[in-house]
Amino acid sequence: MLSPRIKLAQNRGKKISRVFLLIISIGFLLTISKMPQASAQEPVPTPIIISDDQVNLIAREMYCPVCENIPLDVCSTQACAEWRELIREKLAEGWSKEQIGDYFIERFGDRVSSTPPLRGINWLIYIAPPVAFILSAVILFRTIKRSHRNNLPDHMNVTYDDESHDLYMERLEEELKKL
Amino acid sequence: MNETLNGNSQIETAQKTKFKWSPIFAWSFLAAFLVLIFLSLANSQEKQMKLGEKAPEFVLTTFQGETITSEELLGKVVVLNIWASWCTPCEQEAADLESAWRHYQPRGDIIFLGVAWTDTDKKSFEYLEKYGISYPNGPDLGTKIFQDFRATGVPETFIIDRRGVLRHIKVSPFESPAEILAVVDSVLED
Repeated sequence: MLSPRIKLAQNRGKKISRVFLLIISIGFLLTISKMPQASAQEPVPTPIIISDDQVNLIAREMYCPVCENIPLDVCSTQACAEWRELIREKLAEGWSKEQIGDYFIERFGDRVSSTPPLRGINWLIYIAPPVAFILSAVILFRTIKRSHRNNLPDHMNVTYDDESHDLYMERLEEELKKL
Repeated sequence: MNETLNGNSQIETAQKTKFKWSPIFAWSFLAAFLVLIFLSLANSQEKQMKLGEKAPEFVLTTFQGETITSEELLGKVVVLNIWASWCTPCEQEAADLESAWRHYQPRGDIIFLGVAWTDTDKKSFEYLEKYGISYPNGPDLGTKIFQDFRATGVPETFIIDRRGVLRHIKVSPFESPAEILAVVDSVLED
């Protein structure tokens, strides 16, 4: 049989331990609640690195606007350096070669492109060379043929595909009839 | 015998008079080609615009997206400055132009316009910010304004009077704000 004083002391000890447990529990819960929560991570975009070779692949088909006839990839002016940087930016944004080319033509005019768009006088650039080549070939062929014919001995220099041949034959037949 | 000779001469004449299209076509093509080259070169080599000539019509879309046409500017004196961020001499006059613009802005009958030639937007913005330029500026799309005004380089400034007539061309940078004021005042007085 415990004395009432001891019982009172035991009850007080239990109360203290309960309060202590409660404080620890609250503290634990507070600590947990303040801990950063794990969640699905947003994808962090990896910066796209565009090499000089990639830039120059497009730049070599464009021309400096300031110093004419110098391709953009080898031009050393500040303007060209800025344009190459612009190509790099556009490539990093995912633009295609054609899109970049069209953008440059729109912004800086037809003269920046090594392959000007087919409009206006630009047609001449595409039509003139093949036409000139074909014409030259025809003229050369005819000239060679003619000179070859002129170099033949007289008795071999007979044409069979001319109107003159018909006239010659008619005349010959007439002469033969007279005989 | 004589008939035979006559016959031969007839054949020769026929040979000589035979009409050939190919040389005519070839020469025509060559002539047309040369004419086109000449016209193209003449156009590209066209000299600077003459003072007193009507200024070319233009459309400038500013970096802020506003569209300004030469037509709507009739009645105002226009100071059209062509520049580029990579152009060192342009930097010499940038602050002077801004200073002159601030001087004239309250009047309302004069406008300054900046045209960025063969420039990237990023560099243009940096340039405008660096010199605190507040008058309207925009890119020269397709270098059309540069070509229409037959500019020879940058910087180049064209001053157009109220009737749309070209009154002054400044090739190279202005030396001082006073120089700009003197030129613009002379146009305003007319």
